[in-house]
Amino acid sequence: MKQARGNIDLITPESCAEIDRWISNYPADQKQSAVMAALRILQDQNGGWLSHELMDAIAAYLDMPPIAVYEVATFYSMYRLEPCGRHKINVCTNISCLLCGSEEVVAHLQERLGIKLGETTADGKFTLSEVECLGACVGAPMMQVNRDYHERLTPETIDAILDSLQ
Amino acid sequence: MVNIEINGIKLEARDGAMVIEVADEAGIVIPRFCYHKKLSIAANCRMCLVEVEKVAKPLPACATPVTEGMKVFTHSPKALGAQRAVLEFLLINHPLDCPICDQGGECDLQEMAIGFGGDVSRYAEGKRVVTDPDLGALIATDMGRCIHCTRCVRFGQEVAGMWELGGTGRGEHTRIGTYVADTVDSELSANVVDLCPVGALTSKPYRYSGRPWELVGRPGISPHDCVGANLRADIRGKQIMRVLPQEREEINETWLADRDRFAYLGGRSAERITAPMVKRETGWQATDWDSALTFAAEGLKRVLDVHGPSQLGAWVGDTATVEEAYLTQKLMRALGSGNVDHRLRQVDFRDQEQLPAFPYLGMAIADLERLDGALLIGSNIRKEQPLLGQRLRKAALRGGQIAFINPRAYPFNFPVSQQIVAAHNWVTEVAAVARAALALAGEEIPEGLPEAEVGEAHEAIAAALRSGEQRAVLLGNLAAYHPAQTELRAMAALIARSCGAHFGVLAEGGNSAGAWLAGAVPHRGMAAQPTAVMGRDWRSMAHEGVKGLLLLSTEPESDCIEPLRATQALKQADFVVAINAFASDAARDYADVILPPALYLEAAGTLVNCEGRWQSFEGTTPPPGEARPAWKLLRVLGNLLNAIGFEQLSITDVRDELAPALAVGADNQIPWRVPAPPSFEGGIMRLVDYPIYSVDGLVRRSAPLQQTRDAIAGAVYVAGATLTQVDLGGADRVRVMQGEGEALLPVIVDEAIPVGCVYIPAGTTATAALGGGFGVVEMTHA
Repeated sequence: MKQARGNIDLITPESCAEIDRWISNYPADQKQSAVMAALRILQDQNGGWLSHELMDAIAAYLDMPPIAVYEVATFYSMYRLEPCGRHKINVCTNISCLLCGSEEVVAHLQERLGIKLGETTADGKFTLSEVECLGACVGAPMMQVNRDYHERLTPETIDAILDSLQ
Repeated sequence: MVNIEINGIKLEARDGAMVIEVADEAGIVIPRFCYHKKLSIAANCRMCLVEVEKVAKPLPACATPVTEGMKVFTHSPKALGAQRAVLEFLLINHPLDCPICDQGGECDLQEMAIGFGGDVSRYAEGKRVVTDPDLGALIATDMGRCIHCTRCVRFGQEVAGMWELGGTGRGEHTRIGTYVADTVDSELSANVVDLCPVGALTSKPYRYSGRPWELVGRPGISPHDCVGANLRADIRGKQIMRVLPQEREEINETWLADRDRFAYLGGRSAERITAPMVKRETGWQATDWDSALTFAAEGLKRVLDVHGPSQLGAWVGDTATVEEAYLTQKLMRALGSGNVDHRLRQVDFRDQEQLPAFPYLGMAIADLERLDGALLIGSNIRKEQPLLGQRLRKAALRGGQIAFINPRAYPFNFPVSQQIVAAHNWVTEVAAVARAALALAGEEIPEGLPEAEVGEAHEAIAAALRSGEQRAVLLGNLAAYHPAQTELRAMAALIARSCGAHFGVLAEGGNSAGAWLAGAVPHRGMAAQPTAVMGRDWRSMAHEGVKGLLLLSTEPESDCIEPLRATQALKQADFVVAINAFASDAARDYADVILPPALYLEAAGTLVNCEGRWQSFEGTTPPPGEARPAWKLLRVLGNLLNAIGFEQLSITDVRDELAPALAVGADNQIPWRVPAPPSFEGGIMRLVDYPIYSVDGLVRRSAPLQQTRDAIAGAVYVAGATLTQVDLGGADRVRVMQGEGEALLPVIVDEAIPVGCVYIPAGTTATAALGGGFGVVEMTHA
């Protein structure tokens, strides 16, 4: 009974098709292997974040207990579980970026956007988050905006990046 | 086998065994939190780090397989240093609240801290703060104490088969819980309380009520299903404070179903009486034993004198002990009456003469998990015998082909190869499998086997029952409640025989096997011996009437499958003696005297489980007030009625008389007979079962169990289409008529119920006014 509470109708036909492509990559009895892809696909479908209902829908679609989906979704920082802005800015504050000045990056972003880490601007345009190492230490300090990496950040380059976003 | 050395002790170990297993077997203590022998290996607590020769770093003993010549040191400076360091880390976020923690005094972490911890904490920073989720009526949470060993998570996933608790978030933000607020609903859920090595998950009903050092643990046996789970009752003074599992690998392993664990709380019900009560013209009066027993004996004597022994009968609850059931039938037969029965949930007794000596599983309980193929006919095993369901689940996960033929589809927590839903045509569906099995075996079709169309599913079931080493056909509780029990049983045995599979029965009561062997059936005496006087089964007594009735540990208004007929018979009787711990309104109405017996755990006795295992136990605490063990009451009643053979001085004397029954086995050979199944014509078919927490008086009164999601309310569960069919679409209450009874019941739309059927549970007060079990009902507007 608990297994079946998700409503798979929340998944659009396009998302279904995309998830099915991922499922086909795995053995027939292991479709739960597609859970990470499915979470990403539905996050995109939903404007950048995952609701409980959507995670339950994935659980029903992949025939797995909802808690198993929650475990994955809460483990990775790339999945957002609350509504967020159109553009997601993830600033790395791990050791390499910290040594190369991520504190100034964070300070500049907070001042420029008028929000703190973990918050979204009032116009719903930006969400600012702190993340752990994204594997781009060679270009520290860095941030990720949506799917793009931006490295060797300075206040000027940050402003230029933000200005270029709609 | 490989040879290893632990702390210089030479040991032989199984290939692939982990160091910790070998150490445990040899009695060498290695501290651990996450490792548990019945769960998968997580190796995440790191408490079991040990030194291994020629390995630079300490290794986790739970995840290090033995190799030839391995030398392990569990107490070397390096091992101890590693264990101390791990413990210091585990204590960083653990609160120092042992004095107000229920686990205090029996806490693995507390013990390790004493053994390995420093006396002063070096950690001065803030501790993690975690909110405590509400997981329902059975499990209390204090998640700030959690050390993330994930035993509870693995238990749900691997053993209970319901993955409800999980570890969400990561690193310091990891939380154990359901994530989205929800209760934990598994029928085995409270085992996580035992598994939790700290005070994060504790027993909610026991919360803040005792300390382990005040308790004395005494062994007992659970009477709520035919498993006979071994348990330990923790007693303080004279009160049962809690019930825990007692490890018994071949029966309940290390587990206990929630029903076995929390049923004792039913004994605290306000309806419990602790002094005998007699109904006089002025109303009910509490009295002393002498007057109550004399009153009871005189009443029975009067019936005997006026109407003769054939008008005297006894109904025995199927949780009563062997000794109690034995003395009851002995009393009846000494008085010249054969009217004694314990099969109060059954309606079909046509084949009783041909049955084996007792309902036998046909194998040992532990063999269930080794089955390669099984067909269960009429069973919701998961809720009826939770620990047997757990065994069968292991078989299914190993690749066993488990199939069901059930009146409705039940949700199982393991892969089911086939589940045939046969609401109206149960006999035909089983006949189809029998035909498929006979065809595969090349055997002739016996006379009278009902015509049936053999489909792919039937053939697949028959084929699965012929392949693999161990196969079984098991008859479940739902078949026992059915009017075609005889046909179902005969065909089940036929299928088993033609496939070379075991035939077994999952008995419906906790001591059904014991009651059969004690002679609490109308046609056989103790040890399945023939009787001088053939008696009437309970249903004949109820329908044709009896003038005097003795009830032993049963509440017919809930326990009987035809509750209305049963209560009417009781009301029409001249005299009713109820040996029952509870004085319900119904009992006050139909009984003339209520004699309060000791409940289970309060008196010595013996239960026989479905594998024919006799398990005797002592009382764990004296019964409250004037309550006395039921066998003593029966013995005195025997004396007062001048019955012969009631000189027993102790329960051992009663057991000595039962010695012949001990030697009786069950061959489970059911001869073929030409079936004559009852037909159900027209109308809506009622499907029935006894919900897990409605099976006996004690369970029905256990408040925490009644607050769980498995406490199924008395209602009409029906698919929307069925309602529309009878022009009741959208109704939230309906009037249900069955036989001579009717009841006004709430409607719960449940699309899992087959169309043309309604599911109305038995064993609940709301459905007590209905006329039967499986059968045709009519429904109208409320």
